[in-house]
Amino acid sequence: MSTEPPESAESPPEASPSAPSRRTFIATTAVGGAVAVGGLTSGPSVFGAEPAGAVEAPPGSRVSVTVNGVRHTVTVDNRTSLLDLLRERLGLTGSKKGCNAGACGACTVLVDGRRVNSCLTLTVRLDGADVTTIEGLADGDQLHPLQQAFIDQDAFQCGYCTSGQIMSGVGCVQEGHTGSPEEIREFMSGNICRCGCYVKIVRAVEQAAHGK
Amino acid sequence: MHPFSYTRVSDTRAALDAGRRGGRYIAGGTTLVDLMRETVERPRALVDISALPLREVTVTRRGGLRIGALVRMAEAAAHPRVRALYPVISQALELSASAQLRNMATIGGNIMQRTRCSYFRDVTAACNKREPGTGCAALHGVNRTHAILGTSDDCVATHPSDVAVAFAALEATVHLLGPAGERTVPFADFLLEPGSTPSREQALRPGELITAVEIPALPRPLKSGYLKVRDRQSYEFALTSAAVALHIRGGVIREAKVAAGGVGTVPWKLPAVEGRLIGQRPSDALWTTAAERAADGARPLPHNRFKVELLRRTVERQLRVIGGGK
Repeated sequence: MSTEPPESAESPPEASPSAPSRRTFIATTAVGGAVAVGGLTSGPSVFGAEPAGAVEAPPGSRVSVTVNGVRHTVTVDNRTSLLDLLRERLGLTGSKKGCNAGACGACTVLVDGRRVNSCLTLTVRLDGADVTTIEGLADGDQLHPLQQAFIDQDAFQCGYCTSGQIMSGVGCVQEGHTGSPEEIREFMSGNICRCGCYVKIVRAVEQAAHGK
Repeated sequence: MHPFSYTRVSDTRAALDAGRRGGRYIAGGTTLVDLMRETVERPRALVDISALPLREVTVTRRGGLRIGALVRMAEAAAHPRVRALYPVISQALELSASAQLRNMATIGGNIMQRTRCSYFRDVTAACNKREPGTGCAALHGVNRTHAILGTSDDCVATHPSDVAVAFAALEATVHLLGPAGERTVPFADFLLEPGSTPSREQALRPGELITAVEIPALPRPLKSGYLKVRDRQSYEFALTSAAVALHIRGGVIREAKVAAGGVGTVPWKLPAVEGRLIGQRPSDALWTTAAERAADGARPLPHNRFKVELLRRTVERQLRVIGGGK
């Protein structure tokens, strides 16, 4: 698989080698310290990202996609999901791979303003699309109102589902499905939280929608 | 996931050309990509049809509704005409999947979606639908969620769609475009019961494309709605469901359209229930009497006998919700 020179730099590796981040710690732990920091290697991923294991070069395509306002032109194996593009190629690991089957919502991002499951979205279909991930939500140091609401409402424990919850919540608020706690619960049901923070998540979405 | 080539087409002619060469159409992709990852689906060539001009919802000359095949589930559910004319459709859509999936999945893809039978999704299990001739692991396996109507010795998998149940109830037609031109197929003939060929699921000819689903005009006022019963309150497939539309005038039921979901190998139209309603005056007793016929012909499996009674109660409840009464 060849990689085209991107028109803008892909995200750099982790900034400080002396203070490994949680992600690099997990990655190096999982493979005994053999993986390069940053996760931009082309080999099979410890997280099971596709593609892996094909004998000859599988069909690929050149795609231009804007992520958080930055345009990237990449050549991808046609099987590459948007989630794998974000995590494995662009170093944007905020979107999480929970089920990889559209059942958990941890990978939720906005594509052209609509919330979708990035695990079920093929990158090859996104030429010209505009993607917003959790990394692109804040305005500099100014958190998005829903990010602040999740902090104010203590709406997470382990945090694994949180970026998907927040991206889905942004969609929920934009769609106007925040008329009641029941409506929020229904329209947020595509995001599973194994810690069981649903009550506080609903409150956070309410806060962002109605400022209460 | 097996490798595949990818083509994006911008007009139906190019789509049909690619389809004729064996390309597999992809619209929302929520079922197809999921099943490709499980290697249940192994298309060699994907033809992306999402740019085709099939995204309109229009009122037909006769007062029915035509929903383009590429209208997304969320768009159809929110469309003012759909909500006003056929609440049963918008309700069925909004009780389906999740908000994210409804933003991706299309109406055409929805009625093409494949069963959620866990043996179908498990490539190590016997499944006549996935690999003809290998047998049906569900028949003697864990079959609590499986079908009780329209089954065969070769397949007992349910059709998973909710909105297809509404389409079946309302006697929709499916508009198709193929190498030989356009044609329409009644919804009842579009989805196929498994019989001895469960791998054949739709009455589509090779390379044919769904262009729209048309709902016929029905006499007004028409009250309609969808009830879905499931293991959890949201984001789950139906154990049973009921789509009901009633036209009541002068205190008498003049038209009744009823179908059930979660119980059939295809959305299950209930003509025997409709027959007991037409010409009658709404009453609690009538809902009970009519719903008694909802499970006619049911062949329950060891783990889903409960669906027989649950189906009758689901239909009775929704008749009462739509038709009135305590």
